[in-house]
Amino acid sequence: MTRSASQNSPSVTVPKILTGISGFDSISEGGLPRERATLVAGTAGSAKTVFAVNYLAAGITQAGENGVFVTFEDSVPDVRRNMQGFGWDIAQWENEGKWAFVDAAPDADGPMAVVGDYDLGGLLARIQHAVKRVNAKRVSLDSLNALFVQFKEHAMLRAELFRITAVLKKMGLTVVFTGERTEEYGDVTRYGIEEFVADNVVILRNILGEERRRRTVEILKMRGTSHQRGEFPFTITSREGIVVIPLSQIELTQSSSTVRVTSGVKELDKMCGGGFFRDSVILASGASGTGKTLLVTQFMSGGYKAKERSLLFAFEESKDQLFRNAAAWGMDFEAMEKKERLMVVNRYPHSMAMEDHLVEMTQIIADFKPNRVAVDSLSALERVSSLRGFREFVIALTSTLKKRETAGLFTSTSPSLLGGTSVTEKHISTITDSIILLRYVEAFGSMRRALVVLKMRGSHHDADIREYTIDGEGMHIGQPLREVSGVLSGHTIFHDE
Amino acid sequence: MDALHLTLYVAGDTPRSRQAMANLERICAEHLGGRAQCATIDVLDSPELADAERILTTPTLVRESPSPRRRVTGDLSDAQRVMTALGFTTTAQ
Repeated sequence: MTRSASQNSPSVTVPKILTGISGFDSISEGGLPRERATLVAGTAGSAKTVFAVNYLAAGITQAGENGVFVTFEDSVPDVRRNMQGFGWDIAQWENEGKWAFVDAAPDADGPMAVVGDYDLGGLLARIQHAVKRVNAKRVSLDSLNALFVQFKEHAMLRAELFRITAVLKKMGLTVVFTGERTEEYGDVTRYGIEEFVADNVVILRNILGEERRRRTVEILKMRGTSHQRGEFPFTITSREGIVVIPLSQIELTQSSSTVRVTSGVKELDKMCGGGFFRDSVILASGASGTGKTLLVTQFMSGGYKAKERSLLFAFEESKDQLFRNAAAWGMDFEAMEKKERLMVVNRYPHSMAMEDHLVEMTQIIADFKPNRVAVDSLSALERVSSLRGFREFVIALTSTLKKRETAGLFTSTSPSLLGGTSVTEKHISTITDSIILLRYVEAFGSMRRALVVLKMRGSHHDADIREYTIDGEGMHIGQPLREVSGVLSGHTIFHDE
Repeated sequence: MDALHLTLYVAGDTPRSRQAMANLERICAEHLGGRAQCATIDVLDSPELADAERILTTPTLVRESPSPRRRVTGDLSDAQRVMTALGFTTTAQ
């Protein structure tokens, strides 16, 4: 209770540099500590090299800081070639004097004979030379394990690596070096590199869980400064390289706009007190065939009529199918698309990992700048993800939409035809602003449909369960079902009056 | 027979560098009959030469010619092992 203020707030003492790695600066609360050494550790295939290159590339493209890349494992031509896919033209940067390699990959002719004592003086001299040549502010060493495999005198290596990082830090460089781990949740690195060289430790993981690969990044320690704790999912995109999804940093603000937009169904607008809020996210849940895709189609069309831009992510039906259905309900998607006020993106849920879907969708949203976005359906995505990954996906997407003041309509398919809730609902109902349930009702020998607005954050709404019909002009919502109870649970009871 | 060229890379004027240079001198005199031409390169003065030869560890001795090229690192304290590493059959008396 009597700790001094300086002990409690060390963050002011360690300045940081923004790495430029998407999302990483957010979870590290400002980037990597300046003029310090950070170990990036991970198992084989955990994207350590991508991180090390990304750090230098972002320095050049975003911060005007040049870099030196010391490669102990991959050949220089391999690094140049492998990183071209991210749009990082290393050869060009070399020509412009912004990037320098120090080639420390093992010799083709096998291990070198050792007679007597030696040190890494040659390596240090070459790194210093490269740093001066391009006036570097950043240096990446990838990966130190190769050095420990190549040379057997590990005590000497540790002492030398300590000396090298000390010299580089003194030269004003912020150092990233990578090290290999043997297991995802064990020692930080195989050779205990972190203990003597690293001020900070970042762990990259590539975990197989529920039959799916999932990449995460965790900042294990950052000496003398604060950072976000825990594992954050990340993905690797051809556009940006590493993209960290800083979940706990994502704030889900409640809908704050008072501006209403149309749902595309006049009666539904009325039930919601005048339409959806412009920055709200609505979940529409119902069994197969209840009209979720119709609701989405009308939502898109309603946006078009209001001179808005509408974006639809379709994970269940093909574009042809969607356009044909829309035409059958009297809505011309083709014309809307031609005027570039509608965009329909079809994806197979299985085609990529959840994080990749999220990053791609975020990019499309940023490029198309829609006023409203529909996802049909979330359940299709849920099937290809872990529960945690799915929830994180919905939170991140919702946050993106809210930040852009974009209305969102997500659909979810309930597994039973009568009543019941979907798993999707259970896990994300607290995230969305409104929930609309679409239900089949068995009534005197025929199937009818009923709809209810279950929740509407920040507004009064019609709490009636109303019957609706679907015809060539779309959805028509009618009178409340007064004589029925048990619609939501699926056990309909009719009350004689 | 091709000329025998050896290059010794050292990092600065340190006890270890001097040790390696002295050991090399002795090996040349006692085991190579004085027919080797030796050059010493300080990587602190000529880092670009160290780059070209991809030197990591110092001291490192390189047998430039005759081929094949061979390398040995360390302070060269054991003449016999240096000779073996460089691929010479020893000519010591």
